Amino acid sequence: MDAVFDFLRTYSTTIAVIGVSALLALSVWLTLYAGQLTLGNAAFMGVGAYVSALLGRHLDTPFPLALFIGAVSAAVLALPLGAIVFRLRGVYLAIATLAFGEIVRVILLATPITGKGQGLNGIPPKTELWHIYLSLAIVAYVLWRVQGSTLGRAWAAIREDEIASASQGIAVGRHKLAAFVIGALIAGWAGGLSAHVTFSIDPSDFGFTKAVQVLVFAVVGGIPNVLGPILGAGLFTALPELLRPLKDYRDIFQGAILLLVIIYLPRGLVTFVEVRRTRRLSRIGAADVA
Amino acid sequence: MAEQLYNAVFIGSIYALFALGFALVFSVLDILNLAHPTVFMLGAFIALFVIGTLGLPWFVALPIAVLVTGLFGIVLDRVAFAPLRRRGAPALSSMISSLAVTLIVVRLVELRYGGDFITFPAGAVPAFVFRVGDATFEGIRLAIVVLTVALMLALTYVLRRTQLGRDLRALAENPRAARLLGVNVDRAIAATFFVSSALGGLAGVLLAFAYNTLDSKMGVPLELRAFTVMVVGGMGSLPGAVIGAYILGFGEVASLVYLPTELRDAFAFGLLFLVLVLRPTGLLGQKSPDRV
Amino acid sequence: MLLETFGVTKRFGGVTAVDRVDLRIAEGQALGLIGPNGAGKTTLINLISGVVRADGGTIRLAGSDITRLPAHRLAALGIARTFQGVRVFKGLTVQENVLVGRHTRMRTDVLARMVPRPQALSDPHRARALALIDRVGLGRRRADALAGELPYGDQRRLEIARALAAEPRLLILDEPAAGMNPTESAGLRELIGGLLVEGLTILLIEHDVRLVMDTCQRVAVLNFGRKIADGAPAEIQRDPAVREAYLGTEAVA
Repeated sequence: MDAVFDFLRTYSTTIAVIGVSALLALSVWLTLYAGQLTLGNAAFMGVGAYVSALLGRHLDTPFPLALFIGAVSAAVLALPLGAIVFRLRGVYLAIATLAFGEIVRVILLATPITGKGQGLNGIPPKTELWHIYLSLAIVAYVLWRVQGSTLGRAWAAIREDEIASASQGIAVGRHKLAAFVIGALIAGWAGGLSAHVTFSIDPSDFGFTKAVQVLVFAVVGGIPNVLGPILGAGLFTALPELLRPLKDYRDIFQGAILLLVIIYLPRGLVTFVEVRRTRRLSRIGAADVA
Repeated sequence: MAEQLYNAVFIGSIYALFALGFALVFSVLDILNLAHPTVFMLGAFIALFVIGTLGLPWFVALPIAVLVTGLFGIVLDRVAFAPLRRRGAPALSSMISSLAVTLIVVRLVELRYGGDFITFPAGAVPAFVFRVGDATFEGIRLAIVVLTVALMLALTYVLRRTQLGRDLRALAENPRAARLLGVNVDRAIAATFFVSSALGGLAGVLLAFAYNTLDSKMGVPLELRAFTVMVVGGMGSLPGAVIGAYILGFGEVASLVYLPTELRDAFAFGLLFLVLVLRPTGLLGQKSPDRV
Repeated sequence: MLLETFGVTKRFGGVTAVDRVDLRIAEGQALGLIGPNGAGKTTLINLISGVVRADGGTIRLAGSDITRLPAHRLAALGIARTFQGVRVFKGLTVQENVLVGRHTRMRTDVLARMVPRPQALSDPHRARALALIDRVGLGRRRADALAGELPYGDQRRLEIARALAAEPRLLILDEPAAGMNPTESAGLRELIGGLLVEGLTILLIEHDVRLVMDTCQRVAVLNFGRKIADGAPAEIQRDPAVREAYLGTEAVA
């Protein structure tokens, strides 16, 4: 038992980061499930991070409430995305969400209260590992169960064929926006958790690189299954640690592994976790969305 | 004021050279080559290698860098895109594979040169200035502008008047039909990547010469602007990309006057978002943004 | 009248695909819509089902103006359709496809789903879905098969089941018999007949003119976007304008 605790303590930051990354990956997974490609969730994570940290610092808001308000702020900020989701698809949508996310990040960079380029420091470490993993468990469970509901089916239908979906009575635009907003909510929550683990945040943590990274976790992990993004996040976050002996060559191996997976495992890492549903949905490859 | 204008034209030209390569691959193959900023960076570093390590003059380094990056482009396709094309994978997969290549190449460069800014050896880079009235202009920037315009015209000529150009346009329209009509698809694709990467590499060398510095992350700001340039100009349109590049260049220089430096990036993204919301096809767009 | 169109028009660039067409379908009736390829039949039903916006004219459902309504609202009002060249949800199972069809009849069950129960809550809907799958001739044993892996004819049947799942007032079928062999089209004829007996209103586009003549009480003919004839099947067969439109095609004879 002691060994377990020692392990947890030594690697606690990594384990925390894996958990947060998994949450983020799930937020992107949701929008992918509805057939939408998004690169904006890193920015929403940033919003959640900054809002919750600032609330704690300036208004002494209790932690859970700060997290909640942070997440909701991110969700609210996602609403204007409605302007574009109704009209754009695939690559265009991805670029638009990226632009949106970058605008949010730049605003964070320019607003004095956020500490601008220096970021925020000295954020109290209020997040415990169990907060992260409980959140992850709840979100994963909810998303798993939603798949079999009318809402989940509607999203899947939209992913498959928007016109046919509309003809079945599904309000396509609204459903797509819902996926984005809920995704932003999850990302915002993850951001809040993350800020209180890493002690300091700055806008560059939430830019293009992060957005792409999160997308990669989800896609490489695999879409058919909620486990996919979690696996993807786990692998690619843990990988740098596992590859530590390789030191400077770490990134090269990471890139190589990413390349191999994307080329040779079209269904993502979940190929190794064949669940009944995965086999049934085997036609869905690395995002039938783009 | 004149200097600002000069700068705007120069920046626009760099964006244009960079975006041309990016747009070329997109219009012919429908993929976003996220490794393009890497060839930009690679071009600069190859020039550095040739000048610094091999001790050769800049006018030898330039063509070598362009040639090598062009060839790298072909390799890039073989490694990262061709396998995905063969199995009909969605565009997203290509984006990710090119990203993976970027990771690898950037790291390799950093291993050799580190991640900090590097300058060329003293005197290696051509630097001459000329004066008009009170203002001072760097000659190399003018050379870049001229070169960009010349290349644009050359590319247009190739696309309109040569067999290769016809092949590429056929490929862009309908890959399957092109193959059936006898177009040597593999050769056309290789040519596309060669030209695209060579242009990207050229842009990188020129920028490095102009500023006399380079670093492993120099491609990143350009990558994001390339999106804006392509969208504003119209996805899939080469002349559009060029026009978009100059619009962005001018817009950015102008906005610097009125906006604080932190918001500088905001101009590019704001413009991008605005265009996507109001007129997604851009100025000269060919591809409908509500089809994937 | 269940469905009426008054002078409905649709233009694409310089081409007028549908040119001031008047159509009337009485409740419980089957109207056949025929015409040469490119006559505008699919565009017309795209207009009626809300997939495309009309450039002019009015469409009424049971007296109410539905011209400006989007597709999903029309589905809720009772218009269901199949597509030319089948648009089933390939990545979903047969049963899931039909359940999506039932979307307008189902209340949101997200909260209920959070508690794992062995499908207790959705039973009436699933039962109905399975019944429909049986009825169109697919057989409920195939309920868990992936739609994308079904043969074309079965996918077509699935589309009909999906459309029926919404319990529509008006069912629009776009070339359901295309590529079917005689046995299959006989089955289709029987299905349509049965639906009519139950009081469903049907708008049928078909090139298989036999099928149209046998199942529909009235037939409308389109050519170049305009309606050139409208009446009982026998009249249509004798109509010289119709023959001319089909010049060279043995289908009318």
